[in-house]
Amino acid sequence: MSDHLILRIVGKFLIPYILLFGLYVQFHGDFGPGGGFQAGVIFASAFVIHTLLFGLESAERIAPQWVLKIVAASGVLIYALVGVAAMLMGGNYLDYDFLAADPIAGQHIGIILVEFGVGLTVASVMMLLFFTFAGRGEAS
Amino acid sequence: MLAHLPVLVILAPLLGAPVASLLRGPNWPWLLATLLSWFALLCSVLLLIQVNAQGTFIYTMGGWEAPWGIEYRIDFANALLLVLITGLASVVLPYARLSVEHEIGADRCPLFYTALLLLILGLCGITVTGDAFNVFVFLEVSSLATYTLIAMGRDRRALTASFSYLIMGTIGATFYLIGVGFLYVMTGTLNMADLAERLPAISDSSTVRTAFAFIVTGICLKLALFPLHLWLPNAYTYSPSAVTAFLGATATKVAVYVLIRFVFTIFGVEFSFGAEPLAEVLVPLAIIGLLSASTVSIMQPNIKRMLAYSSVAQIGYIVLGLAMGTAMGLTASLLHVFNHGLMKGALFMVMGAVAYRMGGTSIDDMRGLAKTMPLTFWAFVLGGLSLIGVPLTVGFVSKWHLILASLELGWWPVVVAILAGSMLAVVYVGRVVEAGFFGEPKDATKREAPWGLLVPLWVLVIANIWFGIDTRLTVDIAEAAAAQLMAGGVVR
Repeated sequence: MSDHLILRIVGKFLIPYILLFGLYVQFHGDFGPGGGFQAGVIFASAFVIHTLLFGLESAERIAPQWVLKIVAASGVLIYALVGVAAMLMGGNYLDYDFLAADPIAGQHIGIILVEFGVGLTVASVMMLLFFTFAGRGEAS
Repeated sequence: MLAHLPVLVILAPLLGAPVASLLRGPNWPWLLATLLSWFALLCSVLLLIQVNAQGTFIYTMGGWEAPWGIEYRIDFANALLLVLITGLASVVLPYARLSVEHEIGADRCPLFYTALLLLILGLCGITVTGDAFNVFVFLEVSSLATYTLIAMGRDRRALTASFSYLIMGTIGATFYLIGVGFLYVMTGTLNMADLAERLPAISDSSTVRTAFAFIVTGICLKLALFPLHLWLPNAYTYSPSAVTAFLGATATKVAVYVLIRFVFTIFGVEFSFGAEPLAEVLVPLAIIGLLSASTVSIMQPNIKRMLAYSSVAQIGYIVLGLAMGTAMGLTASLLHVFNHGLMKGALFMVMGAVAYRMGGTSIDDMRGLAKTMPLTFWAFVLGGLSLIGVPLTVGFVSKWHLILASLELGWWPVVVAILAGSMLAVVYVGRVVEAGFFGEPKDATKREAPWGLLVPLWVLVIANIWFGIDTRLTVDIAEAAAAQLMAGGVVR
């Protein structure tokens, strides 16, 4: 892709905004439309563009597969442990009311953490899926 | 902690799966998964005791009251299923260490145990939840894990087996979802108890009837009722031995539970058997299924495949029981769900031990097994006797109840079919036993399977005998569950 200069330059220009938009969708999720799933996909799509324009090797230097695997697993763990935390603080599983003294604040904390976990897992699993398929042709 | 029991069963595999995927080597993920499955079994047994003492157990997820939130609702039927799932997991996982390392390779072990924990999570989730859409979510969790586990088989045909199960399983899940969607349109609720309250008033509409047809067909695909069973033989034959043992014992049984839940609790006996011709459709299919699958299994050269066809036949017995629409039939059906789990688990574990030593599961590998691997061979004999339904084994208990239920209705031809099915089982089990006793070993230098495989295997074999003699536990719970289910949905 080295001869696609325009694509590369436009891509370089776009990628930060895509990442930023992903973060916006992630952290605005508890006030408006959005949330971890959509944000994760948007965030991962920036890496997909990067891979298409600069190659798999470059993308895997930024996000090595072993890191992505850890992130994917820890996202699920964050989700599950928020539920456990609510349980330890006296509520039912995933009952965010108990996460803070004020139930409404508790709901905010709970949903932000859970959606963060979802975002981490979705983004890293999307990247892993794409890298796996993108790497197939080179391996064989 | 007792108040949190239903969620602890789910939580153990949910927390274990991501951790297992990060661990290295074959042994740590295995140890984690085994300990968690024992913990889940403990929780399930405590849950069963609680249900027995205090009645239906309700847990509201996140503190959101039903019908708006998701509730976990445990009565006798799902408590029994939970004990079956976690119990089998607790036996299969210790067995898996040697078998999986041998068949899959040490490097893929962490992912294997991650998928197995997710499978346990999905199956337990389907069982505990009181929300029709939540069932679909857990169904997908368990199905995706199953596709992965089947594809890990040594044989490359495991890939096509997994793919065809993926297609069939997805069609089944989609049909289920379409049905649930129709119900949601008609009632505005997804909560099972709430659905059961609202449906009788509108049960005359064609949308509800269509929903019923979609849901029953979709679930019958997942539980492999004849003629929707075509995915099952290959999936069971080519997946790793430990996976076959666990799937054969639990996966289709959980689908049976969902069918029971919808037919009896949500739609109700009057609608399912009165307004809809459920018995007229399911009884013939079940009987054709149990006779034809038993016949086909006689001709299988691969014993794992033979047992897979036998599973299709046993599903026939189970569906036959519930399709009678009586308390006795339902008792027999639930009993056979539990008992068939015990016997098929044991038999598939025998095949795993044979594959471990002999490298294959064909009838030639079984020849002379009484001389080379006597303990494994006798486990097969006892499991086979249980499959046939010989007295003092669990197979007898459930078939006895099934025959009593058909006699109660005066269905003589059905009794004949059940007995004929047992005769066919004598033939296909007898064929293998004969080869094991009188055949010449392919390789006389082979020795008995290692203790790591034999101990879990014999635990299940002894359970087959134990629950065949001491029927108080299983029969009482199955009867209580059937009475609860027949009384109709809403047990407040």
